[in-house]
Amino acid sequence: MTEEEKLIRFNSLIEQDEKIEPKDWMPEAYRKTVLRQMTQHAHSEVIGMQPEGNWVLRAPTLRAKKILLAKIQDEGGHGLYLYSAAETLGMDRSTMIQQLHEGKAKYSHIFNYPTLNWADIGAIGWLVDGAAIVNQVSLQRTSYGPYARAMVRICKEESFHQRQGYEIMAHMMEGTKAQREMAQDAMNRWWWPSLMMFGPSDKDSWHTQESMHWKIKRSSNDDLRQKFIDKTVDQAYVIGLTVPDKDLKFNEATSHWEIGAINWDEFWNVVKGNGLCNHKRISHHIQFHNLGKWVREAIMAYAEKNNQLQTSN
Amino acid sequence: MTTNEALFNFSLRIADDNLVLAQRLAEWCSRGPILEEDLAITNISLDLLGEAEDFYEYAASLGDEKKSADDLAFLRSEREYFNHLLVEQPNGDFACTMMKQMLYAGYAKHFYEALLNSKDETLGALANKGLKEVKYHFRHSSEWIIRFGKGTEESQLKCNKAIEELWRFTDDLFEMNATDKILMTQGISCSLMEIHPLWKAEISHVLDEAGIAIPEVNNAIKGGINGLHTEHLGQLLCEMQYLQRAHPGAKW
Ligand SMILES: [Fe+2]
Ligand SMILES: [Fe+2]
Repeated sequence: MTEEEKLIRFNSLIEQDEKIEPKDWMPEAYRKTVLRQMTQHAHSEVIGMQPEGNWVLRAPTLRAKKILLAKIQDEGGHGLYLYSAAETLGMDRSTMIQQLHEGKAKYSHIFNYPTLNWADIGAIGWLVDGAAIVNQVSLQRTSYGPYARAMVRICKEESFHQRQGYEIMAHMMEGTKAQREMAQDAMNRWWWPSLMMFGPSDKDSWHTQESMHWKIKRSSNDDLRQKFIDKTVDQAYVIGLTVPDKDLKFNEATSHWEIGAINWDEFWNVVKGNGLCNHKRISHHIQFHNLGKWVREAIMAYAEKNNQLQTSN
Repeated sequence: MTTNEALFNFSLRIADDNLVLAQRLAEWCSRGPILEEDLAITNISLDLLGEAEDFYEYAASLGDEKKSADDLAFLRSEREYFNHLLVEQPNGDFACTMMKQMLYAGYAKHFYEALLNSKDETLGALANKGLKEVKYHFRHSSEWIIRFGKGTEESQLKCNKAIEELWRFTDDLFEMNATDKILMTQGISCSLMEIHPLWKAEISHVLDEAGIAIPEVNNAIKGGINGLHTEHLGQLLCEMQYLQRAHPGAKW
């Protein structure tokens, strides 16, 4: 096949909503875009273990500790699964991690916010995982096969996380004054950053158009954000939490909640590295990656010796 | 001490061992040498948490005060904790954590095995459940010790340091007190003296294969089951019990 014929075949696959598989020919820009998005997604799962890990030793009950630990484990598993899926695009995991450490690969800005009280664990599950689900459900239809399949698997677990997070918030809202204050404080700090997780408004997002054309992205940032807002505002009211947005109002005509203006300066500020935890998240990852070096070397040396033993026998 | 009180103390001892070790392993969360191992350690921590919960619940059902499993875990101080000294020791590096795990899981394995014949049915059933899990924990940690012993010079060195650091806490695992005496006469628990040689043979087998010698020096430290601990336990509990202590009576 000529390059031109390959491109025609690729485009028709996209057109007919068929999946692109690792062995299929694909334009270099497509491969790069999917790889960038998948590694970013994988890194987000892994870096996201840190803010929640911050409370695992202080979880207030045995049950809460089990749920949180299992949840963090799930996120690590998502990371692992996504790294493997991303490797089908021709980059190995150690290179992806190196790029993360060098700042060439990103992770979701949301994990640069600190977890300051126990309700933050509830807020992360409810809002952050809640926002992630909306995005990931849409990605179940993404054009790259391994990514789409990873999303199907991951979405099942994410909805558990969301329910468990909401349960923490609901419990605390039924609790003491201090607990209710913690819950509202967490709501106040996590609400807007969760809305920002969907990325800039469509009119300001330069990635969106190309990604939509290739069906990597299946819904626009603003559409996804609206979906999240509509389902979440009601949930907040049910348990007595106030949404920290004085302009929030329900539009009877459209049946949608309308929010006030998002402070995108804050978003870009955090993306540029000025969040409370940017430095900590990366240096933590680098620190423990480096501390584990001798373990990885021992694994290799041991495997090597075993191989030699086997071939000499 | 009545049999019931002894059984209460005995269940707490087992629960405390599981919880303290689970808490230590949870410290590895997001800090593992490879992501796969991060998840494996979390898994073991989760197993131990489950076991702790089971034994606390059993203890709670035996106590005459109306204390829940969470009360027992989060509202007792270091002098009221009966876990062994080994499990409260800091993680150290990954070799040290795995050495601790291997030494403890080897003990737990034979301990649970002996409890299978307990005249107390609940204890027997819980031991049976725990046994399946600690068998895996023992295998998992043993494999790491062998890998390290036969890996690089550095990993071997780290393993040797680990056993030198931890060996002093192993006699403590086989200490017995009045609680054991009462339960042994009732056929509820077993003599730990009988378990000791089984444990020793099993861990020696692993260490031999790894090429790691058991240290000659023996400044054995004891006290865990009588509520006498190293300074590490207080710090661990301080962090673990923070919310329950700061918000008395709050439900979570
Ligand atoms: Fe996830
Ligand atoms: Fe999640």
